[in-house]
Amino acid sequence: MTHFDEAGAAVQAALDAGARYADARVMVRRSEAMSARDGDVEDLGFDESAGLGVRALVGSGWGFYAVPDLSEPSARAAGRRAAQIAAASAAVPGLPADLVPARAVVASWASDCVVDPLGVPLSDKGDLLVRATEAAKAAGADVAEANYAIWDTRKWFVSSEGHRIDQHIRECGAGVTAIAIGDGEVQRRSWPSHRGQFGTRGWELVEEIDLVGNAPRMAEEARALLTAPLCPSGETTLVLGGEQLALQIHESVGHAIELDRILGWEAAFAGTSWLDLSRLGSLRYGSELMNITIDPTFPGALGSFGFDDEGTPAVKRHAVRDGLWVGVLAGRDSAAIAGLDYAGSVRSDGWSRLPMVRMTNVGLEPGPHTLDEIIAATDDGVLMDVNRSWSIDDRRLNFQFGCEIGYEIKNGKRGRMLRNPTYTGIGPRFWQSMDMLSSETIAWGTPNCGKGQPGQIGHTGHPAAPARFTNVRLGVRG
Amino acid sequence: MSEGGRAGAELELAARVIELVRELAGREAEAEVNVRHDAEALTRFANSTIHQNVASATTGVRLRLHAAGRTAGGSTTVTSADGLRTLVERTLAAVRVSPVDRSWPGLAPPAALRLSAGHPGSGERSGLAFGFDEATARADPAERAERVGAFVRAAGGLETAGYCRTVYVSAAFANSAGQAVEGRTAEAAMDGIARCDGADGVARLAAARLADLDGAVLGARAAAKARAARGPVELPPGHYEVVLEPDAVRDLLENFAVFGFDGKAHHQQQSFADLGTAQFDPSVTIVDEPLGSREEPAADLPFDDEGTPRRPLVLVREGVTAAVTHDRTSAALAGTASTGHASPVSRSWGPKATHLRLEAAPVPGAAPGTGGTGSIADSARPLVAGMRRGLLITDLWYTRVLDPKALVITGLTRNGVWLVEDGEITSAVSNVRFTQSYPRALGPGRVLGIGAETVLLPESWGRARYAAPALHLAEWNVTGNASG
Repeated sequence: MTHFDEAGAAVQAALDAGARYADARVMVRRSEAMSARDGDVEDLGFDESAGLGVRALVGSGWGFYAVPDLSEPSARAAGRRAAQIAAASAAVPGLPADLVPARAVVASWASDCVVDPLGVPLSDKGDLLVRATEAAKAAGADVAEANYAIWDTRKWFVSSEGHRIDQHIRECGAGVTAIAIGDGEVQRRSWPSHRGQFGTRGWELVEEIDLVGNAPRMAEEARALLTAPLCPSGETTLVLGGEQLALQIHESVGHAIELDRILGWEAAFAGTSWLDLSRLGSLRYGSELMNITIDPTFPGALGSFGFDDEGTPAVKRHAVRDGLWVGVLAGRDSAAIAGLDYAGSVRSDGWSRLPMVRMTNVGLEPGPHTLDEIIAATDDGVLMDVNRSWSIDDRRLNFQFGCEIGYEIKNGKRGRMLRNPTYTGIGPRFWQSMDMLSSETIAWGTPNCGKGQPGQIGHTGHPAAPARFTNVRLGVRG
Repeated sequence: MSEGGRAGAELELAARVIELVRELAGREAEAEVNVRHDAEALTRFANSTIHQNVASATTGVRLRLHAAGRTAGGSTTVTSADGLRTLVERTLAAVRVSPVDRSWPGLAPPAALRLSAGHPGSGERSGLAFGFDEATARADPAERAERVGAFVRAAGGLETAGYCRTVYVSAAFANSAGQAVEGRTAEAAMDGIARCDGADGVARLAAARLADLDGAVLGARAAAKARAARGPVELPPGHYEVVLEPDAVRDLLENFAVFGFDGKAHHQQQSFADLGTAQFDPSVTIVDEPLGSREEPAADLPFDDEGTPRRPLVLVREGVTAAVTHDRTSAALAGTASTGHASPVSRSWGPKATHLRLEAAPVPGAAPGTGGTGSIADSARPLVAGMRRGLLITDLWYTRVLDPKALVITGLTRNGVWLVEDGEITSAVSNVRFTQSYPRALGPGRVLGIGAETVLLPESWGRARYAAPALHLAEWNVTGNASG
């Protein structure tokens, strides 16, 4: 069963109501999530969400309307309503809007999936989370939590330019966290990431990360952190594990290269960017080791797709090459305003939300080293990994991150565990200090990227490997 | 274009699902059903033009089912007869293979709702000043665009960005224990900035009536702030006396709600809250008021997602932590009763307050203001006049918890910071990073003054609302500046 007819009816109705361009997406999503705590399943839920969202361009004004009813009359009404809303936008007009040219694509795409995650018996999935939390409790956690989430999304996209694309994207992931509570202190350790690892893959991803096998170590480390020395304050060499570096990329590169932010479209909420389009191609973002790609074709990463929500085919391109800023995340309208000839990074988090510029997979190309080599080459520094907190200014320059765990590095060896490690810096200065980068890349998934008003939750991927940074300020405390 | 459905439609849908549960799962199964029609419209502007203009109308049904000691939940937007039957069948299938749920708290018993603005029989018919506003529920894009236009014009040529939104919700709850309630709510909000030579100024306001939002007033305030914030100097890190404007105080309230007064976190000893202890300055009283009042005239639905009637809850009374928020699960763990704070995710993430008000001083109970049109919020002006040397901070941004137990938070200032010397603003200051324990900042002896009016403020991301006055605090820990 397809929903091209309903999407097409919405587009035609918008055109009949005066739109010069329209597109519509029918999305049907089934999702399932379970959480367990201390050996008991705490919550189990599944959702089914189906509806149509239509976008219309009237003159230079956009309008968007969404309905859950998938009948053709409802779709037509939605198309007309989108055009009416677009017409109202003319009350506060701006520059003429246009779209970069696109080839009308008729295609079908599905993400790779070995084991259908919705097909795995609930009892097996529940048993996994229960055993993981029991293992953490048995190893000394005061509180143990585990969770998984699954999304199965089908989309049918039609545009007034002739696009007809259907996609089937399956995503899932899981994680376990051990919490130790001390006197006025709470410490946590999470595996494999601070909110779990996620990808556009099947249940095989969850089986590979071995929650039960890693849970006891998380508990032991959380308890040990309660009495570990505080991370020292001052300026030193910082080695970041891949999980933390993934979030560093997300916050200080991924959001900064969003073209809508650069153009000021998010100025009042998410913020702008320190990047100036006039310096695209010449601005030094980081050291020569820094090669950042925008790659929705990365197999199994959480930001992978066949086509974005404007129908642009997935293509890998550089955002930073040899340390120079060379590319942005763009949509067809923002690219036209910026004078660029590519788009491909527009998505919505569901049928009821407007597609907007979003990260896909934004990550570091592998470097020449290993983590062991980086530690061996460091006389005095701190190793940190697994994010605990993140904060960055509205231009994506001034950041402060906290990690779950840190270790001293002395004379090329990993030493004492350190608690409450934090570091702070200014984006380009930090990236220019990167002098060693590992080849041990993992595509970390971020399933909770917030942006837009009304708010949308994006799923993004971040290939990253451990790296070393010099002269970084550590240990900021309240 | 935020029209609602037929009166009573949501309660009928909920009753139909309860009947389906009885048919398919038997009378022993415990079921609770939420039906929510949600019409949201948001007109967004940037570079002084409307660039995103959206609306949606959705109806969703959420079912939580407990049978034979096991629990599962499901939701759908497919509300046809087949869709509802599928929802019940899938949830039932999930229940049968779910592990035993040892923390199931049981269903809420039938209980009458307290009067609220959105409840039938209240609002315009009851004569409540904060009654449900039909015009807001049915506002069209031209009305929102009109306010955006007024904001843009009032900024006097400065670049502007922000949104104007209207929301209408009509909802019902029913459970198999006989609780059956319904209600509706409407809300409007506007939030925008003006930009001038690299400096931003902000103005935002929430209201129960779109008619109470004046784009010109808000645009003028944002522009006045932006102009006053030009040419900032950089200050070194250190401990500063501060006046926080209502927008900044909103962030304190939000973090208290999420991390401090959450009954689940409290039970697990992960919150700073210590009931019965004077953890705050005696001038501090914090109330959660979801039903609306003269002081907080924008009511939410009169029941939570477990059907528990909502009610005002004093969380801090004259400096003493008096209560934390509970859903039925966290209440059972703590050996107390639900406070009406269940949400679809509260079993996992904890029950959160969403309508906090910090009482204004010296006149508790005053109706909220708009903040005025000047570069300093009305309620902050007298506090600034009393500050010998410190910072006036408009807004806080990207605040994140470093230490959940002490609620140590790092974040940045935004939308205007100034140095105050001998009660006068002497220069604009570039944004600073801070690392600060929020409860410590409001601790005994540390609150030097509270503004005389609250401003009702929308949450940037979600639908929560906060009523906040300005605050004069003895110390705020600035840990970084634009240079690092």
